[in-house]
Amino acid sequence: MPTQNAPASMYRSTEGLGIWEHKGKVAAVGIGHSPTARRWDETTDTSLGAWSILALRRAIEDAGVRPDEVDGLVMAQETSTGSPWPSDKPIPPDFLNTYKSTDNPLDGIARLSADWILMNMPELTNVNFTMYGPGCMSNAVVTAAQAVGEGLTEVCLVLKGWHNFGGRYYVGQGAAGGNTVSGPGKYSTLWGTVACYTTAMQFEAYCRKYGKNHDMMAPFVVNEKRNGLMFPEGFWAQHRPEVLTVEDYLAARWIAKPANLFDNDIPIMASAAYLFTTPERAKDMKQKPVYILNVASDRTQVRSFGPTLEEAEAATDETGRKIYEGSGLSPSDLSFENMYDGFTLFHQFHLEGIRFAGVQRGEALDFYATDITIEGPNPASPSGGNAGAGRTRFWMHTDSIQQIQGRAGARQISKPAEIGVSGGPTPTGGNFTVWSSTPG
Amino acid sequence: MPKQSPVPDEVDKPFWDAANEDRLVIQYCTDCNMLQHPPAATCNIPGCEPGNNFEWREMSGRGRVYGYGVMYDCPVTILAEDQPFNIAVVELEEDPGIKMLSHLPGTPVDDVPVGAPVQVEFEVTPTTGQKVPEWRVVG
Repeated sequence: MPTQNAPASMYRSTEGLGIWEHKGKVAAVGIGHSPTARRWDETTDTSLGAWSILALRRAIEDAGVRPDEVDGLVMAQETSTGSPWPSDKPIPPDFLNTYKSTDNPLDGIARLSADWILMNMPELTNVNFTMYGPGCMSNAVVTAAQAVGEGLTEVCLVLKGWHNFGGRYYVGQGAAGGNTVSGPGKYSTLWGTVACYTTAMQFEAYCRKYGKNHDMMAPFVVNEKRNGLMFPEGFWAQHRPEVLTVEDYLAARWIAKPANLFDNDIPIMASAAYLFTTPERAKDMKQKPVYILNVASDRTQVRSFGPTLEEAEAATDETGRKIYEGSGLSPSDLSFENMYDGFTLFHQFHLEGIRFAGVQRGEALDFYATDITIEGPNPASPSGGNAGAGRTRFWMHTDSIQQIQGRAGARQISKPAEIGVSGGPTPTGGNFTVWSSTPG
Repeated sequence: MPKQSPVPDEVDKPFWDAANEDRLVIQYCTDCNMLQHPPAATCNIPGCEPGNNFEWREMSGRGRVYGYGVMYDCPVTILAEDQPFNIAVVELEEDPGIKMLSHLPGTPVDDVPVGAPVQVEFEVTPTTGQKVPEWRVVG
């Protein structure tokens, strides 16, 4: 039977569900990352498939289990950040000669199926559960946590990979380069919107509502870049160790004002994998288990063009309530937050939604002017997020696990890392996880 | 500003046909008595059942500016030479929950009067001649 997307029943997307039934009964143990690249160089060893296998093998090794102990695989099929493989371009022969193929020739190149992974990782001899958590690692993480909690798998790999090919996309490409427009673009891109436009519009409304301004984002974005340069798995640390100053940020060119260049993330290639298991099985593994205290999802239906500021605030308020309801925690229990940041201009919706460090609506930009560093009392986004490490939407999860395991290296927060929260992507649609050093 | 020409489909053809007659019509769900825009085959109001019974209602063409951004790095080729330009979000007088985009013709770049009343007008797109609704600040 082909691998299916997780059913809606596996997501905790409504309020009133009470404490998560699997609170403290699922643990993250192993982490594996591939290298990063700005774009694929079209060699087999750096392909999406090769790097995803590498990340999975590293997660298995990191956890200290044998490959034949793995019985589950949860992943996302989609690997695109928008970059298409040209329809008339042949797949490199060396790739085809190196890896077994599924019936989709782009498998391992511009998408990933569970079949492709299992065909090309013969050491995974006992995987009897596969499922897609579509979209982002955030989805795969909550799907895998629920699957382990429900007993569908005991030793489960969680995978997300991203490809990025040469050349520009979006700008002047495909529909954007034509003289006509079809589909949903008739109501958005017809006016020239870019990906960050809606967030920029929300942020402008936010600043007007609360009397803030774009300059006040500088401390947060500078801190994101600083944290990212201390993430050795990340793109900027590996390839472009450039320090961002407040002056750099304020001088950056606009993309869609008030979103500037540094409010956007850079598309890259990378894969990451985790190994989830039960607390019982984790006892025999190599790394300290990081317990999952809750998973929550947001499935906001936007009314019309948007989301608007009001919809973003309502959705993140609801997400905050779900996070605390299912975990039995309160904002003061959080050691750090790793909510999504790509675009930086919506991080405050997430942060205020969970009331991190007691921050209320409209206060986040003032909070950014306080000590939000890893050394301080309220570490905000210690991963550096997409802004600090590149567009993968998984740094926040890796960092949360590493922080609580005490393996975040130079990024390790100074205060004890006991409980953290991560998730995203957008304020009105995402999946969120509460991580803890103890089962609760 | 010259725009791409929208290509109507089976669902939204009444919206675009009305635009060619200088009329603004919006999809109305008779199951939950709510307006919906952009047009869709099913109602997006949570809980609406069956959510597939629609009629088209003519609007006054009045609204107000909800918010805006200014495009400096537009992906759409036909608009690139007009950068930077405003993209405002307009909400309809009949239901502020219904929102549409506008370049706000006549409004200086980055000088958008948020909250100001606007009036719809219809702009011919060059490729097919299809008209699209645009909005102008009034009063």
